Amino acid sequence: MIPGFENFMQDVLWCFSQVKGTIDIGVTEADIISTVEFNHTGELLATGDKGGRVVIFQREQESKNQPHRRGEYNVYSTFQSHEPEFDYLKSLEIEEKINKIRWLPQQNAAYFLLSTNDKTVKLWKVSERDKRPEGYNLKDEDGRLRDPSMITTLRVPVLRPMDLMVEATPRRVFANAHTYHINSISVNSDYETYMSADDLRINLWNFEITNQSFNIVDIKPANMEELTEVITAAEFHPHHCNTFVYSSSKGTIRLCDMRTSALCDRHAKFFEEPEDPSNRSFFSEIISSISDVKFSHSGRYIMTRDYLTVKVWDLNMENRPIETYQVHDYLRSKLCSLYENDCIFDKFECVWNGSDSVIMTGSYNNFFRMFDRNTKRDVTLEASRENSKPRAILKPRKVCVGGKRRKDEISVDSLDFSKKILHTAWHPSENIIAVAATNNLYIFQDKVN
Amino acid sequence: MGEEEGLHQAQLLRLIMPVETQEERGETASLLGEKQPLRCSLLCEAVAPDFHQVWNLMGTRSWEPLPLSDATLRSHDSWTCSPLVPEYRLWDPVHMFLTPVVPHWPFYNLDTMFVRGLKRKCFDGEEDIEGTLAGIKAIPSYNLQRQSLLDMSLVKLQLCHMLVEPNLCRSVLIANTVRQIQEEMTQDGTWQMINTQSTGQASVDRLVSTDILCRSSREQAEGKHVPGYSTFSKDFEGDQAQDSSETMSTASSVQAPRNLPSNVWEMENPQENKGNFQKSLDQIFETLENKTPNSVEDLFSEVDNSYYDLDTMLTGMMSNTKMGHCDGLESFSSPTTTTSSSNCKSDLNELDHIVEILVES
Repeated sequence: MIPGFENFMQDVLWCFSQVKGTIDIGVTEADIISTVEFNHTGELLATGDKGGRVVIFQREQESKNQPHRRGEYNVYSTFQSHEPEFDYLKSLEIEEKINKIRWLPQQNAAYFLLSTNDKTVKLWKVSERDKRPEGYNLKDEDGRLRDPSMITTLRVPVLRPMDLMVEATPRRVFANAHTYHINSISVNSDYETYMSADDLRINLWNFEITNQSFNIVDIKPANMEELTEVITAAEFHPHHCNTFVYSSSKGTIRLCDMRTSALCDRHAKFFEEPEDPSNRSFFSEIISSISDVKFSHSGRYIMTRDYLTVKVWDLNMENRPIETYQVHDYLRSKLCSLYENDCIFDKFECVWNGSDSVIMTGSYNNFFRMFDRNTKRDVTLEASRENSKPRAILKPRKVCVGGKRRKDEISVDSLDFSKKILHTAWHPSENIIAVAATNNLYIFQDKVN
Repeated sequence: MGEEEGLHQAQLLRLIMPVETQEERGETASLLGEKQPLRCSLLCEAVAPDFHQVWNLMGTRSWEPLPLSDATLRSHDSWTCSPLVPEYRLWDPVHMFLTPVVPHWPFYNLDTMFVRGLKRKCFDGEEDIEGTLAGIKAIPSYNLQRQSLLDMSLVKLQLCHMLVEPNLCRSVLIANTVRQIQEEMTQDGTWQMINTQSTGQASVDRLVSTDILCRSSREQAEGKHVPGYSTFSKDFEGDQAQDSSETMSTASSVQAPRNLPSNVWEMENPQENKGNFQKSLDQIFETLENKTPNSVEDLFSEVDNSYYDLDTMLTGMMSNTKMGHCDGLESFSSPTTTTSSSNCKSDLNELDHIVEILVES
């Protein structure tokens, strides 16, 4: 059910729903959220943080008593997915920060997700336990062994209800396959394989096999001195299990077909927009580096995010994107400062809504932007504690680029570049979005009319 | 991106204003007694008792040291300053000194290079400078901006986080930017120009700091292979008679003024200037080969330390693309009709003036 997408910007008013996380002034580095992902039904919302923890929220069943509370998300499970490690060979730490979480489609009562840090991918099983067996023969209720000589009768253990317990267990650990830092994982539509991509290589895994993976892309040059381009993101096609794309730091996207060869170094399609000579600067290459690539749900389009824009590409047209949206073009004159403070290297993600009609991405000052592809209208919203009254409608924000600043506008120089929204997620079928702002997770919903 | 304020003073620096117009010739700036908070004011920690370095503030103005006195120290609260990291050096090609590098540049705004309250009077009257205080020109020349960017990029490449493996994507992007600047500087002939100054070099030798010497000797001990940079651009080879097998890029005539035993660069002429870039690359190599604990063995993980071999960088160089004709620092606008010779000429004039001041002619 996807209501009113045709007149999205007119019909949908975004309201604050919930915020998770502390309000402390000093943010613990470990609490910074590093990835957000809904599962395929939208019932679960997973976040990973820099401390290697995964927190899963579950949506409440909608109650008839409170129809306006359209299913809040409450903590369902929390577990430590990755621990910090030390690479003794290189004398380097391996961060436990969760780079990506990807859900597997649900096939039984348990939930499965993949979580990865820089080096290791793990498959976690999250399952509920609400019954426990009672009446064992050889041990009593406390677990102590009974004296066999005292047993006179046999009984069949029965399952009795217990308090709901959600447990997460690591089912597979896929390690030691990446020399460089993993930036993406993507579950294949066959649900049997997935890929993990680092800066220079992409590996294909089978979920059942942890000690082997196939290397399907390798862009490492024979001579590392010649390295000029790295892989920045990769994703499988949502329907065609042989097709995937990966993006590069030079602003190009390559689509590969795994049927052509075992090593997909030769792309099937190459997407690159010719450079605009009037906008050329020393920072052109840096801002063209693609930080995220996402297939549309239909599989017909891909969306890419570079530093200043979001672009939508038609898979059938390689020479330029079909749509380009300016996220924060007012930063174009600030690139030198942003280079100086390293903000120019921030990797923003982008997401589609369920019907592929609206795209969303983050910006600075806790702003995030939505673009309606049909009406070509866009809106800037803010994730902040000030707008956090229940069901408060979010007011569109505007950045003033020069000249006179209107009352509600904020000037470019007042933007807080430490408050960046890199990770967002959109519910697969409803207008519910999750926005990660440093250590807080904001959930917004559209106003129920 | 804010300013740093505080006390890190052991040496006050006086701004020497490079003379750019007839009117300004002879003007010197005195910061003594001035209370205006300037982003261009600088207090730095002395890295050695005979700290004589002249600061080149990102290529805009040059500074000379002043003797400390109680009076000046008392007025310290009017200064903005920045902490120095003595381990890092940048070779200042204009003034032929090793300058400490500030890893963060909070005290000026590269976007505008504008100092509050100061304006500079130009020949064409576009800006003014008040009183005895020199200011930073509102929009430095394209070449200076480019040089600043180059310096910043090189420092970024060096300042890896030593505990965690550096971000490869970021390193590659910065290295590509460096490459791009070099390429353009070569095409412009600017690179060559910087290195043709050959006066007043005698004092340089003693300014070489000891840790550079130590580093170099360690490199010798490790048998470090210093890549012989082939000529950056054959076009500019003609003017330079020097051996091209050493220094990088264009400036074959430019060599390090060091009296290093078996200098890794195999310099023959200690009097010559050496490119800023070369020195910084040197530091990158040193960082890469630094065997101290917790240091990153090399910037690009398991491989070759000679990543920054200019030779190989240049082989992969992109073709030169001229800057578009845009406003503002960001696009480093330059006149589209600028030819190499005119660039050279303006640089030459500026450098001439600076050198004049240095030798107090």
